[in-house]
Amino acid sequence: METLKLLFKSPKFIAGLGIFVFLFLTAFIYPAVVDKNPFEMVGLMYEAPSSRYILGTDNFGRDVFVELIHGMKTSLIIGLFAGVIATAIGVTIGLFAGYKGGTVDNILNSITNIFLVIPPFVILILITVSLRSRSLAVMGLVLGITSWPWTARAVRAQSMSLRGREHVDIARLNGASVVEIIIREIMPYILSYIFMAFVLQVASGILNEAGISMLGLGPSNVVSLGTMLSWALLFESVRSGAWWAFVPPAITIALITFSLYFMNTGMDEIFNPRLRS
Amino acid sequence: MRKFTRYILQKFSWYLLAFFLALFLNFLLPRLVPGDPISVLVSQMMSGAVTSEAQERVYQSFIQEFGLDKPFFVQFFTYVGNVFKGNLGTSFSLYPLSVNKIMADALPWTLFLQFPAIIVGWIVGNLLGAFAAYRKGNFDRILFPVALFINSVPYYCLAIILLYVFGVYLRWFPIGGGYSRTLLPSWSWPFIVDVLHHYFLPFISIVLVTIGGQAIGMREMAIYELNTDYVTYCKMLGMGDRKIQSYVFRNAMLPQITGLAISLGTMVGGSLITEIVFGYPGIGSTLFNGIRRLDYPLIQGSTLIIALTVLAANFIIDIVYGLIDPRIKAAQVEGS
Repeated sequence: METLKLLFKSPKFIAGLGIFVFLFLTAFIYPAVVDKNPFEMVGLMYEAPSSRYILGTDNFGRDVFVELIHGMKTSLIIGLFAGVIATAIGVTIGLFAGYKGGTVDNILNSITNIFLVIPPFVILILITVSLRSRSLAVMGLVLGITSWPWTARAVRAQSMSLRGREHVDIARLNGASVVEIIIREIMPYILSYIFMAFVLQVASGILNEAGISMLGLGPSNVVSLGTMLSWALLFESVRSGAWWAFVPPAITIALITFSLYFMNTGMDEIFNPRLRS
Repeated sequence: MRKFTRYILQKFSWYLLAFFLALFLNFLLPRLVPGDPISVLVSQMMSGAVTSEAQERVYQSFIQEFGLDKPFFVQFFTYVGNVFKGNLGTSFSLYPLSVNKIMADALPWTLFLQFPAIIVGWIVGNLLGAFAAYRKGNFDRILFPVALFINSVPYYCLAIILLYVFGVYLRWFPIGGGYSRTLLPSWSWPFIVDVLHHYFLPFISIVLVTIGGQAIGMREMAIYELNTDYVTYCKMLGMGDRKIQSYVFRNAMLPQITGLAISLGTMVGGSLITEIVFGYPGIGSTLFNGIRRLDYPLIQGSTLIIALTVLAANFIIDIVYGLIDPRIKAAQVEGS
């Protein structure tokens, strides 16, 4: 509770959270209230923004505004899902490696290090290429399992520094199991850190979704911010000057990640007193 | 120096292991594609004009090349053997062109674009970040949110917007490609100028994003260092600002070098898409074409080359790190 109060004193955190919540609510409330199909072709190819279609139409003659909102929803779902999975894997591996030390740590840390140096994007490409259909859940899962290593590495360092604390020793003497100690005695102390890592993972999930979609390996049968950009590029919207097809998704992606990074910086300054300048 | 050799050997064996894992994933994953991609592809690419005998011949040559009629493990060793012989196979979509040839044409473009861009962005970003931390005040207040925003704009979004504003709208730069189609590649002035003209936008788009990320990291590290006891002590000793600044910079630099190693994979991944946006003739565009035409040998070749380049770059950074990190040096002295 105390930390929450502290957090709300950080203007950076508030600003980031505000933008994120606004985008989040728009993405989820609008489709629920206005029943429009983003795949419906309502006009001609690349109609300029007008009072009827405020962001014009795309290469298939679809309403860019409706697509944008639905795409935002898809990207947010994929990003959050990927963030949860990456954080869960990374935190579990990091906590165990850091607390157990010795052989367990050696093995887990080696695996982490190997996956840190193989470019995650390459693994992402290879996995998505070999999947015939890529649903929302599958995309989130794949993005999550390719981006956990740096969370694992950071959490391991934190967990290691807590291992020697007295309250941990007492719990051990009381006969608590490894899992109990990790959950009750170690995790609570790095919860703020885990949350920060989660926020960054969500941002990277959204960025990677867009990146992989632009390679033509995005989620199938849905509109996402990445697939919008990929279509815009494939159908030469940039070279034909149809800025309304690519500027809105590009800015939305930037805005979502900006809000998440800003939240993260705000939290960093609160939880890490030495950073307060 | 013996300890240092051991440090390098140890690092090298890790990278070798990582390389084998990459090789294995590269071999395994595209093979999980349901159905028989080769037969589908051969019939697709040969549709029309060609007799079924020719089709059969191409099909058989692929089966033989990948050893697809043999057990799984034999296939893997055939693949590894081929890779070590430097043979990346034959492209499906550009048959009978070899993947080696395609890679040899594309890789120089990618290296020429990404390597200088990432290095320049990294250096400028670190200088700006250190400066912001030291100056504080207005400079920091303006630079920091700007850097944060640029860092949140993904490589490809910035690339698209730069291409639109400076290529399409203002017409200052060409709207794509590595050089003008009307020129023949040669070491002549007009060609070099033309290449640089095409180079500018993709280059600057990677530089800008890299600056953003690095400046943020460096600022954070430098603020942390400025609050340490040794800085207070130096100030009390009456040491000059410049001297202290150089200490802070050197200490804050170390994590930034590791940071470069870790983010290199992301940077390269991001800039691959920059190539697609600008139609730049590198590995990114090759990969994109491979994906669109389901050309598995080409996809595998590209991902392997990318993984290999990133691993090599990381290894070099590790060596540099070993040379300059006093802790690793200390460990060498202790052990000897």
